[in-house]
Amino acid sequence: MRSLIKLSFFFILVSSLFCTKVNAAGDQHDLLEVDWSFKSFFGKFDRASLQRGYQVYTEVCASCHSLKHLSYRNLAEKGGPEFTELEAKAIASNFEVIDGPNSDGEMFERQAKLSDKFVMPYANVQEAIAANGGAYPPDMSVLVKARSGGANYIYSVLMGYDEPPAGMELDDGVYYNKYMYGNKIKMSSPLDDDIVEYSDGTKATVDQMARDVTTFLQWTAEPHLETRHKLGFRVIIYLSVLTILVYFSMKKIWSRIETKV
Amino acid sequence: MSDHEYTPKSKVGKWFNDRLPLLTLANHLTDYPTPKNLNYWWTFGGILTFCLITQIITGIVLGMHYVAHADLAFQSVEHIMRDVNYGWLIRYVHANGASMFFLAVYIHIFRSLYYGSYKSPREVIWIIGMLIYFLMMATAFMGYVLPWGQMSFWGATVITNLFSAIPLVGESITNWLWGGYSVDNPTLTRFFSLHYLFPFLILGLVVLHIWALHVPGNNNPIGIDIKKPSKDTVPFHPYIVIKDAFALLIFLLIFAFFVFFSPNILGHADNYIEANPLVTPAHIVPEWYLLPFYAILRSVPDKLLGVIAMFAAIFVLVILPWLDTSKVRSTVFRPIYKQFYWFLVADVLILGYVGAMPAEGIYLLIARVATAYYFAHFLIILPFLGFKEKTTPLPMSITEPILGGSPDMAMAKNNSNFKEKL
Repeated sequence: MRSLIKLSFFFILVSSLFCTKVNAAGDQHDLLEVDWSFKSFFGKFDRASLQRGYQVYTEVCASCHSLKHLSYRNLAEKGGPEFTELEAKAIASNFEVIDGPNSDGEMFERQAKLSDKFVMPYANVQEAIAANGGAYPPDMSVLVKARSGGANYIYSVLMGYDEPPAGMELDDGVYYNKYMYGNKIKMSSPLDDDIVEYSDGTKATVDQMARDVTTFLQWTAEPHLETRHKLGFRVIIYLSVLTILVYFSMKKIWSRIETKV
Repeated sequence: MSDHEYTPKSKVGKWFNDRLPLLTLANHLTDYPTPKNLNYWWTFGGILTFCLITQIITGIVLGMHYVAHADLAFQSVEHIMRDVNYGWLIRYVHANGASMFFLAVYIHIFRSLYYGSYKSPREVIWIIGMLIYFLMMATAFMGYVLPWGQMSFWGATVITNLFSAIPLVGESITNWLWGGYSVDNPTLTRFFSLHYLFPFLILGLVVLHIWALHVPGNNNPIGIDIKKPSKDTVPFHPYIVIKDAFALLIFLLIFAFFVFFSPNILGHADNYIEANPLVTPAHIVPEWYLLPFYAILRSVPDKLLGVIAMFAAIFVLVILPWLDTSKVRSTVFRPIYKQFYWFLVADVLILGYVGAMPAEGIYLLIARVATAYYFAHFLIILPFLGFKEKTTPLPMSITEPILGGSPDMAMAKNNSNFKEKL
């Protein structure tokens, strides 16, 4: 048993070493910390926040940033914003996709369906770069997982626009951001108070919108987060009970030869 | 190995066993006399077998949905994460499973180092183990390339470029590995193919590893030869099986914690960005389990010598049974070696840490000192210590120190000393 304690101690030591490594990769400003509803062991998404976040995404971000790994059906799926199927269909029908070839061999345009992937704002990366002054607006599907700091980083960048410190020269089309790597960002501050009008009456402050859209992007990156937490909790309970049972079985078996285990 | 002949009870069993002695093998495995004083550090063999099987099963399922193509790989991984039933679970188990596999293998290796399990007559077990470890690193490296994220691409570029340091033929070898003039689709497809193959080679080596183990039998915490079967041993089943099961469950709890509650903490965020040959990430770092070797590689200013140093770091482990000249196996009875052992553990952890840091300034200096110490440990300290060190007296059998039933007073004195250390 003592070696088991030593072992767990060793494990904690090693893992803490490498976890600090991950954190140490941050930049000069400490990221803003938000107490996200999806964070803890039982973390779930705030459904209303996800729906508002989707609204912010469509009305603000979607003109430049794609969500190419998502389908419209995802919007109605469990664990996500959980729009009704009708709402999701209505959302999809706002977009045109190219399908085909039809029986005449022609490509044709049609309204998007639930099974279609999110329509991208640009045809390809080159067009996106050309339209944005040489900076590629990254696809947002897994953006939260693609930045160390995750949701806090995305939120911080959205909140981090500020006047550049004295002596810092910025080129045209480059903006100062406290939390961006290198503090320079080619995206102008995307959020202003009341830039969107929430249908549920929530006041659209910059902070509120940043929280909502970050929550939404956390979901796009981890659509099965709620299932994962729920299943994880059950697995831990199951394993714990089994561990206890096996522990006492072991004690019983080893007691035959009177040796400590 | 148990000496008695095994005969199946049933007629059919006997008929079959005479033609293929599988039942004899099963009987050998259950009866296998195991030292009764094995501690929990000995449970990692079973845990590692579990890890390998888990990786193979999850890997086979992932292979059904993954597309090995430079334009589609990233997308197919997202497809697994989103649309495949429980695909997220299978992939997170596989990705974190690799880390857990290495965590277990490092504990397993350091256990062997502490208790001298690599020494005669177990050199072959050790060498096969090192081969497995080497193949594991190759497999893990190629597996990390498959999602075709930024770290996949640039990690592959850095590691394959190492071969270009070989004089004269270096460049040809690198091109041959790539299947072209840079890391690209042919590289990805061959890595996928080999990533699928290697685990089965490992599985074969694991069988040899266990076979070789069953010839001399297990080492044990006090490292003395014991009579088998005797009062010092217990049959593998049920004693060791239940103990391994308990340890495995504890291990699984940690494993599950990673998979369900922080599945990405051991990976690098950049690998969720699609591979882009035109954009180099700020810091290219391998997975945590390769960091000590990465630190050794970078601590040498010359590329070729760096590569040689990195491979030498593994090679010194292979020849370890002949570098350690001490006849006493267990560190419990080697007071001076015990200190050096913990220095080595610290040294490897430090190497791992600086391997994750940029190779400049103080980190580079630390990496160089730690690299030098690593080699000094194996090439100077170990051979020398075997001759010089005064070891404490060994007990006659396992039963004596544990049960304290020795009538010999001189022995009892040594025993109290021994117990304190255990």
